[in-house]
Amino acid sequence: MAGCKPEAVPVGVTGKKIKVSIDPVTRIEGHLKAEVEVKGGKVVDAKLYGGMFRGFENILTGRDPRDAVQITQRICGVCPTAHATASSMALDDAFGVTLTTNGRIARNLILGANFLQSHILHFYHLAALDYVNGPEIAPFIPRYKRNDVRLDKATNDVGVAQYLEALEIRKICHEMVALLGGRMPHVQGIVVGGTTEIPTREKLNAFAQRFKTVRKFVEEKYLPLIYLLAGPYGDLLKTGVGHKNCLAFGVFPMDEAGNTLLKSGAYTDGKYTPFDPDKIKEYVKYSFFKDSTTGLNPKEGKTIPDPEKASGYSFIKASRFNDKPHEVGPLARMWVTNPEISTTGQKALGVKKFREIGDAAFSILGRHIARAEETLLVANAIEQWLNEAQPGKETFVPAAIPKTAEGLGITEAPRGALLHYIDIKDSVISNYQITSATIWNANPRDDMGVRGPMEEALIGVPVPDPENPVNVGRLIRSFDP
Amino acid sequence: MKEEQKLPEEQQKNKGFSRRSFLKGLTGTAAGIGLSQIFNPALVSALEKGLENHPVLWIQGQGCSGCSVSLLNSVEPTIKKVLLDIISLQYHPTVMASEGETALENMYRVAEKYKGKFSLVVEGAIPLAANGKYCICGELNHKEITMLEMTKELGEKAGSVLAVGTCAAFGGIPAAKGNLTEATGVMDVFKKYGIKTPVVNVPGCPSHPDWIVGTIAHLLTKGLPELDGNGCPLLFFGENIHENCPYLDYFDEDIYSKTFTDKKGCRMELGCKGPDTYADCFSRKWNGGLNWCVENAVCIGCVNPGFPDSSSPFYESA
Repeated sequence: MAGCKPEAVPVGVTGKKIKVSIDPVTRIEGHLKAEVEVKGGKVVDAKLYGGMFRGFENILTGRDPRDAVQITQRICGVCPTAHATASSMALDDAFGVTLTTNGRIARNLILGANFLQSHILHFYHLAALDYVNGPEIAPFIPRYKRNDVRLDKATNDVGVAQYLEALEIRKICHEMVALLGGRMPHVQGIVVGGTTEIPTREKLNAFAQRFKTVRKFVEEKYLPLIYLLAGPYGDLLKTGVGHKNCLAFGVFPMDEAGNTLLKSGAYTDGKYTPFDPDKIKEYVKYSFFKDSTTGLNPKEGKTIPDPEKASGYSFIKASRFNDKPHEVGPLARMWVTNPEISTTGQKALGVKKFREIGDAAFSILGRHIARAEETLLVANAIEQWLNEAQPGKETFVPAAIPKTAEGLGITEAPRGALLHYIDIKDSVISNYQITSATIWNANPRDDMGVRGPMEEALIGVPVPDPENPVNVGRLIRSFDP
Repeated sequence: MKEEQKLPEEQQKNKGFSRRSFLKGLTGTAAGIGLSQIFNPALVSALEKGLENHPVLWIQGQGCSGCSVSLLNSVEPTIKKVLLDIISLQYHPTVMASEGETALENMYRVAEKYKGKFSLVVEGAIPLAANGKYCICGELNHKEITMLEMTKELGEKAGSVLAVGTCAAFGGIPAAKGNLTEATGVMDVFKKYGIKTPVVNVPGCPSHPDWIVGTIAHLLTKGLPELDGNGCPLLFFGENIHENCPYLDYFDEDIYSKTFTDKKGCRMELGCKGPDTYADCFSRKWNGGLNWCVENAVCIGCVNPGFPDSSSPFYESA
């Protein structure tokens, strides 16, 4: 059975263009269709269709500003803590609150634990079945007839064992989140002014004990497996480059001055520039939104859907920084921050710092390497925050709802840069805008006709067998959309 | 690699996993709360038979995957047991290996083969506006399939439907005031289109893994659980949070928390919606019993049919 129906027969994959579509693209968060044109065994054009609209911006209008932290978490059940953090930061800004040191650290521990959860979930439970064959039962079958899994039986068995073990590990990460955040998914613990629960010695110990297990898994299983894949799948280090532009907003404040563990910055056409939120614009010529709302900064952003628009093909707006598409996520963050990589990585790649990976970083496997390396980096920071957290010290600063104010919350979700903007009038929300990671990565063409980052990264990806377009899914999932 | 797509009963031969281990876990579980109340040893063999080969199709509408992620947090049985031993999860967009038409063709094949027998799980709301175009779930033979079409078609064929999470049960966040998509829950869709398949609502934003697994187990072994007026199992949604709250003594003594981090008081003045909410979070708690919303902050009534509007503003007392 074919995974998709090519519109023309792939005769020797020469000359003729073949249109291949995959809908639904699975093992992602949300609804996405991929349509690629294949010529000579490679993708020559690509379109990504974002197939779902809920309208959070519309739902938030008129509400108590504090409700935004709860409501926006429901955008994503994999990364609610990131939306809670961005929303609370926007409210902190609007309410004029400065966090206590312990509040900052408690928020880092909650968000950090979910970074570990999300990255582990992504690799093992979303992406891994592109490289490893699961057991011969549903939901691991059916799969593509020729799915290009290249592992020998022993290695494949290791992969399956780790898939199953990772189910337990990611659950432990959620327990870490819940210890301080109340429950997970959708925490109560992150609020404007800090967090709702002062960590006790007992809670920090329970957190630390679980963290030890997770860290060991990351170091001894996750990272080595990623580098092991670079053997049989070495060609996947050479495809999926994209525009090669990166954008990072910065995340995990390490001090009261706001210096972050992962840095903010842009990398555009080979040049590094500081990140400036005013340089964001969202285009909608090819999105199902009213044309009159195109080219706006989120601060002026409007959300007026137009599902029947003839030129539209996606419910995702085309976000641009300095009018250029930028990819966000672990690769962008690691490229901008350029930390030293793990000893496992140094041995496997023969380089010390992330950027020394060079062009290979901008690839299907490069994005998985960036994510795994970042997992360890965040784990090391969690260790530091656990030492800095003060049992019994206040984590919350009360503040009144302002009558009129605006606020900007800029952070990173595990899958990439995240911005929340709130405008408060008469003490209620008059406008709320969210630009999330998938809006940066999975967006359609902009008004200038330039492809979105994932669309562009699909160009050149090998599809030698259009009935089994395995690499299309591999590329898409490497972004964690 | 086996290329053919096996039906659930054929898969059993190759698995080598024991259902008994799951049953042992399920019947002797969680400190006398919830799941263990459903089962007694006499039911074990019936349960074993009932669970065998049971195909589940899990579809997603306007949601966040949070209920799926929550299900992954199942402690007893673990999600590994659920996936390998309990159900035959033939369709789940976030979990399954397949994609595109391979996935959809398998889904429709199972729905036809197990007509009237399989369970349909719906996660996320169903938008009615613009002919359902606000949520596209896939494409078959070059035709888009909306969440509305998928819910109707599979809903008619299913033996029973679980509306998991407040979105699927009642519309939830996508159906909140201000929405433009006319999002709604499964029961509303069924009513509108005259679909008679029984629906059990398992709300929560997200739903608790025990509520999901416990309801599936009940459906398969004892049929429909006893439901409240909103179609939710009384087993999990029968008790009032406030009346059973561990901080009720503070309320009786008029001692109220003034800020979130002040835990020596009833949370009512912080906006706690426990008095309006029926769910067993006070005893079951979350994430392996480690914490729950009221211990951490306040209840926002996320299982309620009117959520979020009925609880909003969340941080003002009702």
